[in-house]
Amino acid sequence: MAEGETALILARAQFAFTVSFHFIFPAFSIGLASYLAVLEGLWLKTGKDHYLDLFRYWMKIFAVAFAMGVVSGIVMSYQFGTNWSVFSDKAGPVIGPLMAYEVLTAFFLEAGFLGVMLFGMKKVGRGLHFTATCAVALGTFISAFWILSVNSWMQTPTGHTLNDVGQFVPAAGWADIIFNPSFPYRLVHTVIAAYLTTALAVGGVGAWHLLRGDRGPQVRTMFSMAMWMAALVAPIQIFAGDLHGLNTLEHQPVKVMAMEGHYQSHPDGAPLILFGIPDSKAETVHAAIEIPKLSSLILKHDLDAPLAGLDTVAKADRPPVGIIFWSFRIMVGIGFLMLTLGLWSLLGRVTGRLYEWRWLHRFALVMGPSGFVAVIAGWVTTEVGRQPWVIQGLLRTSDAVSPLASPAVGASLVAFVIVYFTCFTVGTLYILKLAGKAPGPREGAPERAPIRSAGITPAQAVQEGE
Amino acid sequence: MMDLTVIWAAIIAIAVAAYVLMDGFDLGIGILFPKFRVGRERDAAMNAIAPVWDGNETWLVMGGGGLLAAFPLAYSIVLPALYAPLIAMLLALVFRGVAFEFRWRDPNHRRFWDFAFFAGSLVATFAQGITLGALLQGIEVHDRAYSGGWWDWLSGFSLLTGVSLVIGYALLGAGWLIWKTEGPLQADARRFARPLVPALVVAIAAVSLSTPFLEMQYWQRWFVWPGLIVAVPMPLLIAFVAFMLWRSIGRAPDSHPFLWTLGLFALSMAGLAISIWPWVIPGRVSIWDAAAPHSSQVFMLIGAGVLIPVILAYTAWAYWVFRGKVGDDGYHAHGDH
Repeated sequence: MAEGETALILARAQFAFTVSFHFIFPAFSIGLASYLAVLEGLWLKTGKDHYLDLFRYWMKIFAVAFAMGVVSGIVMSYQFGTNWSVFSDKAGPVIGPLMAYEVLTAFFLEAGFLGVMLFGMKKVGRGLHFTATCAVALGTFISAFWILSVNSWMQTPTGHTLNDVGQFVPAAGWADIIFNPSFPYRLVHTVIAAYLTTALAVGGVGAWHLLRGDRGPQVRTMFSMAMWMAALVAPIQIFAGDLHGLNTLEHQPVKVMAMEGHYQSHPDGAPLILFGIPDSKAETVHAAIEIPKLSSLILKHDLDAPLAGLDTVAKADRPPVGIIFWSFRIMVGIGFLMLTLGLWSLLGRVTGRLYEWRWLHRFALVMGPSGFVAVIAGWVTTEVGRQPWVIQGLLRTSDAVSPLASPAVGASLVAFVIVYFTCFTVGTLYILKLAGKAPGPREGAPERAPIRSAGITPAQAVQEGE
Repeated sequence: MMDLTVIWAAIIAIAVAAYVLMDGFDLGIGILFPKFRVGRERDAAMNAIAPVWDGNETWLVMGGGGLLAAFPLAYSIVLPALYAPLIAMLLALVFRGVAFEFRWRDPNHRRFWDFAFFAGSLVATFAQGITLGALLQGIEVHDRAYSGGWWDWLSGFSLLTGVSLVIGYALLGAGWLIWKTEGPLQADARRFARPLVPALVVAIAAVSLSTPFLEMQYWQRWFVWPGLIVAVPMPLLIAFVAFMLWRSIGRAPDSHPFLWTLGLFALSMAGLAISIWPWVIPGRVSIWDAAAPHSSQVFMLIGAGVLIPVILAYTAWAYWVFRGKVGDDGYHAHGDH
């Protein structure tokens, strides 16, 4: 393999690795920040202590997840330049300002108020503390707004023109760039995904404690709130995802062809391939289980509508079908399992067995981490589906890479893998450890509130001494 | 006419300066960390920065993101050129960033995370210093791209700037602790600050004296009229601030050692600005060569003009909330063990 090609593949692997790891944490902290704001708001409104208990309980987990999100995010803001310098040079005048706005409107807001949120409960009044919590939650949302606008512009670029040194520059107004065609759909779909991911994680933790026999008001409230989210938001998400898919069909039809596994064009009604083994060499899906004409019905709302296949696209312009075909099915499959959980919980609620139905709890427990899988699968679908372009139709990924030597990229990739697995695996274990303890009324009791960090008392100091 | 490129160069410079001053003291505390006694001293040192480190580090994202937005060409040349030190810095920041939370979560492995906090802070600082030195000594550019090798950043000069920054941050950290703590930890911080003052003065002198020999541009800037207007009084100013800093250690008010250290940093950064101006990559790419188009500059300037004052206001408020000495009880309200 040519030297440049190896470096390209390593650079892509590195970006895929760092961004996938990073994405897990914001997906959690966007939802969790809002959940914390709701919990604190409910506590202030009702004065019921178990809301404060839950707030403190989830805030500990939030702190760990947020720290991992921050440090993995700093890496991202430099990866564009270290590994994709040609992309940075060419697209910088368009996407750079959007990312600068993300820093100015979101990152500073989150970071500025996070300290008060985590450590300031006794330093500021309740109202101010609630304001800080809301500011952090708002910051996570604004951050999603800008970075998804950037990503959407790379998927469906509009409002730009080329200058004489080959940079993409704004053509007229910034609104055309920010509100590019896929942005509203991507924003709604992704933010709902973050809320659902968090709801299922919270529900999974609640289910775990219910299964272990803890039916205190904290556990019941956490489980009930999560199940309401699953029941109400999962159907909305499936609807939003469908709209997003139609938008993709309009602007990035090749991506949809790959998602559907449509190697061939179907002049009179395309089948929906449920499962199968895509084979890009033979340009066919082996052992396909398909429902005739359903794909045309979903995508065109007409059983006999013609759908073009990958045979209409030059080979050099096709994305890798296998990955997208499967990541898309994983995402959709999990979406429907979430809907099932939501409906099941409604049944449990109606029959008064929400807190007693052990099979429901077992299912909710298994579904606990499913949101993270779905989010990554969706991300892979949209990003790999854009290939071989980094900016759809305008700049190829292979033309966007830095002038890198493969040993440098390879060594840094290995370093990233080692550091990320060490830090983030351990962090995840700490989160699981925190979540493994039931939230009790002690969570909010004043004498336990500013828990003395270990080592404060002389006895502990001695124990820890060298 | 107002030149937006100059304004943006100033904004990026201010963001970098804000980063150096703010994250400098919390990285410095990380560098000094192994010297503190295990137990309450380390906990108090950590608590002195726990509520603010995240905000401090955001200025680094602002520097990187701002450079991409305002000077995309510079961003796309500098980052590949400084690949190794920058990746090392990022990985080190990951380690020390998670250590803030992890050391409280897992008392059994606290020693490991304390070490990660120290090593991460040290490596990140050293890498930042190397980055500065490598930028000053020049970067090979050909056809809008970096054209040098993978070890070009490594030189005696860049190692010198690396070590200098470690000394400087350590002194900032010690100053912060003198201000924010009391008792034995404060006494320790004073003890560490003493030798760091002459060390930093020597480091500043060494970097200042080698810089003019790197590029003719620097030589002319400093030693040809009118550069002499600055070049002559600069050592006197540094000597004066260093003397005041030395004197302030060990006497009230406790805030002064930190503030005088900021003064040394401010003088050093002013010197750097004089050396580099108006280049973003010395001798190769000027700020006007690298600037984003006018419409990008205007769009961002509207946001920056409104938002930076707001950011400074609520950042100041967050610092104000945690004003005063760090008590024994610790801010860290979520150590459940």
